[in-house]
This record gives sequence, C-alpha cells and structure tokens, in this order.
Amino acid sequence: MKTQTAHPALCAVNSLAPLNPVSRPLRVLLLGGLLLGAGQVGAETVLVTLEKDNAVAVLDPLAGKLLKTVPVGQRPRGIAISPDNKIVYVATSDDNTIKMLDAETLKELARLPSGDDPETFALSPAGDKLYVSNEDDSQVTVIDIAKKQAIKQIKVGVEPEGITASPDGRWLVSASETTNMVHWIDTKTYAISDNTLVDARPRAATFTADSQQLWVSSEMAGTLQILDTASKQIIKTVQFEATGVTADKMQPVGIVIDKERRYGYVALGPANRVAVVNAQTFAVEKMFLVGARVWNLAFSPDQKRLYTANGISNDVSIIDLDSQTVSKSVGVGTYPWGLAVKP
Amino acid sequence: MLIKVIFHTLCFSLAISLAAVAAENKQVIDIAYLTQETVAPPQLSNIDPFIKNKGVFGAELAIADNNTTGQFTHQQFRLKAFTVPVDGNVEEVFGKQIAGKYRYVVTVLPPAPLLKIADSPAAKALLLLDAATIDDSLRNGQCRANVLHLLPSRSMRADALAQYMTKKRWVKWFLVVGTTEQDTLYAEALKRAAKRFNMEIIAEKTWEHTFDARRTAQSDVAVFSQVDDYDVLVVADEQGAFGEYLDYRTWLPRPVIGTQGLVATAWHRTHDQWGATQLQNRFTEKAGRTMAEEDYGAYLAVRALGEAATRTKSTELAALKSYLLGDKFALQGYKSNPLSFRAWDGQLRQPILLAAPRAMVAVAPIDGFLHQKTELDTLGYDQPETQCHWQ
Repeated sequence: MKTQTAHPALCAVNSLAPLNPVSRPLRVLLLGGLLLGAGQVGAETVLVTLEKDNAVAVLDPLAGKLLKTVPVGQRPRGIAISPDNKIVYVATSDDNTIKMLDAETLKELARLPSGDDPETFALSPAGDKLYVSNEDDSQVTVIDIAKKQAIKQIKVGVEPEGITASPDGRWLVSASETTNMVHWIDTKTYAISDNTLVDARPRAATFTADSQQLWVSSEMAGTLQILDTASKQIIKTVQFEATGVTADKMQPVGIVIDKERRYGYVALGPANRVAVVNAQTFAVEKMFLVGARVWNLAFSPDQKRLYTANGISNDVSIIDLDSQTVSKSVGVGTYPWGLAVKP
Repeated sequence: MLIKVIFHTLCFSLAISLAAVAAENKQVIDIAYLTQETVAPPQLSNIDPFIKNKGVFGAELAIADNNTTGQFTHQQFRLKAFTVPVDGNVEEVFGKQIAGKYRYVVTVLPPAPLLKIADSPAAKALLLLDAATIDDSLRNGQCRANVLHLLPSRSMRADALAQYMTKKRWVKWFLVVGTTEQDTLYAEALKRAAKRFNMEIIAEKTWEHTFDARRTAQSDVAVFSQVDDYDVLVVADEQGAFGEYLDYRTWLPRPVIGTQGLVATAWHRTHDQWGATQLQNRFTEKAGRTMAEEDYGAYLAVRALGEAATRTKSTELAALKSYLLGDKFALQGYKSNPLSFRAWDGQLRQPILLAAPRAMVAVAPIDGFLHQKTELDTLGYDQPETQCHWQ
C-alpha cells in the first residue's frame, strides 16, 4: 500500500482554507485547536454501541475525543445509519426492539418490531427495509421501515448472526453461527435460494461494493472465505498468522472492504489485530495491533481512517490508512460492540 | 421355524427399504443416549434441587441444532434415549438394545460401567461419547480407543485453578480433602497441579465428618483450620458434603477455591460470553432449568457428531471418527477458543470456567501460560506426558 506523507491534520486545515480565508498565524492557531480536540461543526462523528453500559458513545474521531454517552436501552449491539444520515438504528437486544434515533440528538423517534433478541441487522441499499437476525429463534425478520411493520420472517440456520444486503439490492445474506452456513435470500421473494457451507462459526458477511463477492469471517476456524456471488461457491480461504499469536486466538469477526476493492480489513477478535487483506490477490499484507478483542470496524466517510470497537479494552482504535499507523485509541465505555459513522 | 426366519428377514429388509424411501435420499445418523438413574446423595443444602436427568436435554437440544443444519445438507439426526433404572444392568441394556443397532452412543455413566461397555466386543464397531466422567485414569492408563471424553478431566480443572492462583500469587495452599474416592482423586489432581505450577501445600487435612453434638459449624471449621499461615484454602469435596461450610468460617480470613468457593467447571449458569447467552436461553427454554455440566457435555457430543457428519458428508464411523480426531475439526463451544479432541487420549480440549456462585471470575487458560501449539494444552495431560497408548 502507498504511503502518503501529508499529515492528516494538515489536510484538514488545507480543506478549511478556501472557506476560511484567514491569515497564516490564525491558521496555525486553528491547527492547534484541531490537535487539542476542539469539535468542528459538521465534522464526522463515530457512534459506538456499549453493550454493558446500555448506551451509545459519541466520538469526535479527528479530535480523538469522547463527546458524550447517551443511554439507549438494554444491551445495544448492532448500529447503522440511514443513507441520508438522518436516522440511527440501534438494536437493543434485551429490549427486543430496534430503536430509531434522531442522528443529531440521539433522541428516540420510534421502535421497530424486530422480533426477539435482535443483535445484528442490515439496511437495504435504498434504506427502506431493515433485515434483522433473531438469534434465539433461528430466523430473519424483514421490516418495512416506513410502515414500521415486520413484513416477513424467514427460517434460517441456528443462531443467525452476520447479515448483509448486496449493494445491487439483489441478495440478502444471513450467516448462521451454529449451522455454519450462509443463506442466500432472494430479496424479490424472501425465499432462500441457496446455502453455502462455510467454516466453523461464521460471524460477519460483507459484499464488495460491486456485489460480485461475499466475504465471510469464521470465528472458530480462524478463516476469511471469499465467495463468488454468481456461483455461490467459495473461491478462496484466507488464513491469518502473526508471530506470538497461537492459531486459536485468530478469531476473525468484523469485515470492511474499500469501495475500489483494493483492501479489505478484518478484525481478529482476541488476537487484538486488524488484518489488511489485498482484495485482488487475497494476500494478508499487514496487521495493525489495536485494542483487546476487536469486534467491528467502520470506515470514515472518505475511507482514510478505520475505526475499531475493542470489546475488552473498552476503547476505539483509530487507524490512519494513509500513514498505515494506529494513530490513537479513545476510551468509550464498557463493551463497545458496533460502530456507525455519521459524516 | 425356517419360515419364521425367512419372514423375519423379509420384514426386516422391507422395513429398511421403507425407511430409505421415507428419508428421500437423506443421510440418517442414529445416536443412542445411554444413562443410568442415580439416587440423590446427602447434601448440605437443598437450595439447588437434585437434578435426576442431567445430560439428556443437552443431547436433545443438539439434535435440534443438527437437524436445522441437516435440512440444508440433507442429513437427519435421530436420538433415542435409554435410561437404565437404579437397580438395572447397564451392560444388559447396551447389549440388547444398542449394540449392533447404533454406531454412536452418548453416555452419561460413571467410569466403571462405561469401561465395561467400552470393552464389550460389540463396542469395537462403535464410538462412545462420554459426557460425564472427569477421571484422569480414563484419559491415561485406562483409556479406550472407542471413547471420546467431552468434559474436562480433574487434572485440567486443577491446572486451571492453579494457573489462576499463580496469577493471584496465592502460592501457599491449605488443602482440605473429603473422604470419598472422588475427593482423593481430585486432591491428587490438585497436588499434580501444585507441583507443575510450583505451589506449596503447607498443610493437608482430611475432613472426617466426625461431628460432635457440642460443636457447631462455626467453631468446628475455625478449630479445624488452625494451621500455619497460608494464602488460600483449596478444597476437594466433589459431592458438596462439607465444602460450603468453609467459606467465612476459617480461622484466618482466606479465600476458598476448588470444588466450592471459586470452582473450575466446563459450564456455569453465570457464563454469558462468546454467544453463551444464546445457548443458555435455548436450554432453559427447553429444560426449565439451567444447564448442568453433563448437559453441556451431551450437547457437545451430539454437536461434534453433527459437525463431523456435515463436513464429511458421511455417516460412516471411520470417516466421522477420523474427522473428529483430525486437525480440521473446530467445534463452537461458546467458550472463546474452538474446541477439538486431543488425538492422544480422546479428551476434548477446551477452556475452563472459573466461577463464583453468581459471577464468572476468570477463564483458563489464564493469559501468560503459553504453549507452542495451543494454550488449551497447558491444561491437563499434554502429549509428552500421556500414559494413554491405544492398541
């Protein structure tokens, strides 16, 4: 991966320059302010669910600062933001509901009938439907967001967890942890059209931006498997290795892939690392050492930074992808689990 | 007579072909579950009711999980439970109702009857999955090639406790042992662990149950526990005949660890990490009680068979057994690491929970205890130490 020499904070000042035609000393002052962590209006915020605090932490990632913590309900895990960035969805598993929150104020707007124990969910690309994994009931619930109604329940394998919708809107994929399968659900009929047996305990599934590949992490087998969407077959199984980490600590969980399909990033749980996988060759090129038990990942809107939720060290690591360094870690609260980024 | 035999044979083949048609190309895996009823032992406290049917609900839950997978892979798993009455004969039930009919048998039996059926000629053609014993002898000198053990042995438990005590620097132990044979075995495992982790047993006493009417538990334990200074009281009382008396009553204020106080166990109701909540919920809904170790063992036994059948696309004993004992086998056991079998003694390698009555305290292997292959093998008998030599 190329290394850019420009400092991220300098980039921020440069981008401010046209809007704020200020003198050089003032710009330097501004730069200082940025480094000290003054929250910029309109700057991105990272929202992190805190499973044991029953809250969402709001983070200013540029300043590397926790802004506030907002109570949301019992055992919040999955979190997502609507395509227009106005609504935040949070699965409060022990309240058996998915809450719609105002993205600015984080005040509750409505509750969606998610079925029992919703943990993870996915938004349809259009943002009109929500697909929920009901882990205890071995099913997936489809919710029409406008109607706030569950319109379909689909029986899948035991303990469905990872769920994702293909960007082209064609497929909904549910991964069941105990059945060790990904179920390909046709979004036109909401029927399972295919099942692919994957490695032990699949956790997360993510499509590439072009919908041509599905990446699946298997926590117990310690692998990442790349599936071809057209054939539903596994085309590559990626193993992870790091000096000083035994194989059974390599437990892949969250996956993100950049829009250009250059690199995918895989959170490795108790290995406390994020693997950088070349999305063309599938070679593991690098590992970032982050906090303990890294669960889920999210890109900044410009995909220049990667945010990680570290379940045991109770912090978020910020990885600067230009300089290829873990630039900061920010304490957020107990058991951070899911992340969403609001531009 | 001859006619009768022919008729039987006909019926038999007819039944087989009918079953085959009914299964519609499905592979069917039949699993027997064999246990014997037990009598409630005397207990100090009746807060926790005696559970008569430990194990079977775990096996049933796993069958349901396997069949959910099976509907996608065209495999069907069937469980038949055989419960021998207290005064019944396990070998007889095994010989008459199981041998020759089942290839996979999950057992919740004590060591003696388990060994008897494992050594019977009919058992050579099947695999026994032991979901109850914790005896080190069955994983060493008395190991059998046709038995896999799902629950951690006493030595694995003792090592888990010793690792935790090493971390806490509780290096001086006061060992208190009950009078049963099992207590002696547990104490032996603790002594082995003390040696491995360089601990010092400053005193060892046997609790004799010689209660005097003039004494109460208060004074009795205080007098009993007056020994040289120690860091921790380590107790071996598997049945729970006196161990609960110890905490808060010792002469010196010291924690209690072992079979009471902080315990080492394969499963515990306070365990909620690594997806355990889902398993706890599914089990409680089914059984109306929390999951016991034997339930967990039986669950894992049936799930292991399911996983092997799914991956090998087979129902054959040789294929499944070699997959189970191979490197590729990775079972989700809701306890951090993937679980697999030690090829040298058939023991399921697994993390061990260190639990207080209402809180999970730690999970062993404790961080820092290293192993070249898997840290799970820091618990119990590792390959170089094993005295199990099959065949």
